[in-house]
Amino acid sequence: MASEAQTSAEYIRHHLTNLTYGQLPDGSWGFAHSAEEAGSMGFWSINVDSMAWSVGLGLVFLILFRAAAAKATAGVPGGLQNAVEMVMEFIDDLAESIFMHSNDLIAPMALTIFVWVFFMNLMDLVPVDWIPLLAQAVGIHFMKVVPSTDPNITMAMALSVFGLILYYSVKCKGAIGFLKELSFHPFPPKGVFAPFAIVINFALEFVTLIAKPLSLGLRLFGNLYAGEMIFVLLAIMFGGGAVLFLAGSAMQWVWAMFHLLIVFLQALIFAVLTIVYMAQAHDTEEH
Amino acid sequence: MNLNLTLIGQTATFFIFVWFCMKFIWPLLKTAMHERQAAIAQGLASAEEADKKLAEARSGAEDELIKAKEEAAQIIEQARHRANQMVEAAKDEAREEGERLKEAAQAEIDQEVNRAKEALRAQVAALALSGAEKVLESSIDAGRHSDMLDKLAAEL
Repeated sequence: MASEAQTSAEYIRHHLTNLTYGQLPDGSWGFAHSAEEAGSMGFWSINVDSMAWSVGLGLVFLILFRAAAAKATAGVPGGLQNAVEMVMEFIDDLAESIFMHSNDLIAPMALTIFVWVFFMNLMDLVPVDWIPLLAQAVGIHFMKVVPSTDPNITMAMALSVFGLILYYSVKCKGAIGFLKELSFHPFPPKGVFAPFAIVINFALEFVTLIAKPLSLGLRLFGNLYAGEMIFVLLAIMFGGGAVLFLAGSAMQWVWAMFHLLIVFLQALIFAVLTIVYMAQAHDTEEH
Repeated sequence: MNLNLTLIGQTATFFIFVWFCMKFIWPLLKTAMHERQAAIAQGLASAEEADKKLAEARSGAEDELIKAKEEAAQIIEQARHRANQMVEAAKDEAREEGERLKEAAQAEIDQEVNRAKEALRAQVAALALSGAEKVLESSIDAGRHSDMLDKLAAEL
């Protein structure tokens, strides 16, 4: 809730600022005190809140699933194992239907992405002020609790997938084969126009290739950032009297219902696209 | 939205987590699920087998029952036949016995008749003799005429 000392703009800005650790303008190392200061730190700084929540939620996933896996038996499964296996089977079916090659990495990676991103997105449904106010109470000035609203996090995952796309493309097709795929399609290089066709093809295919990690990372970021923004905007209404408070509450609730869909869908889209890109990277047959 | 070291941190975290999932989570769960699938498949197969065996046993039992019934019917038929035979035999025997008894009685009667005839003959001879004696008023030598009288008696 916006306190009396804050304007709405300050409130929004405060909610959208990461807790950034880096070199301060005076040369010492510490947490940035404002968005500008964080921006001036350049590349050699780290968003502690995003990292912490991301790693924490990732660990929740690993610990939950590891606990189920360690006790997994072929007998009658318990509650946790049932839930875990349901998610796993869902992803496994997806991976098997899309990814026709044999690679032990793909399905576990898709599972990790799906559950991890889902957990990160789910943090968006925690009322926007709860955790930041708690953090302020213990002296932490900025606290963004939804890691997937930080482009660093989403782009890092997208680029990781992109790295794997390049790795498996070269591994399965060879460097030459990969270049061929990029330049001999969609216009077949024939006759006197061959060099021209190759240049056009390469330009087109290269953009397609680059678009993969960008769309992957920015789609997730954009959806969650926009969702978070709407929660924050609605939260401003809480400070505007009884009528606005009730209206804001109702709208928060409606938006949360809708956002639940986005939370799930964006996680699923990220995982499915990852599988699709991996399948394309493994596809050796000519178009 | 400024890109910074978080990018690298998250990338490292991503690969570590994916590796952990690939090594320590996925295979264990996958194995357990496969094993369960196999166990369920086996269970279903053996249930089907048992069903088949039960059906077989049932039809076998039915066959046995039918055979037993047939046998029983046969035995009853035989017994009836045998009983009939025995009754017939008993009837025949009884008839024969009656026949025989009748014959014996007849023979006895004949004997009785003969005996009576003999006695009568003897008495007739004596009567005729005494009658003749009375007629002739003289004594006839019984010794001399007995042959003639016996012949007379035999003619009766």
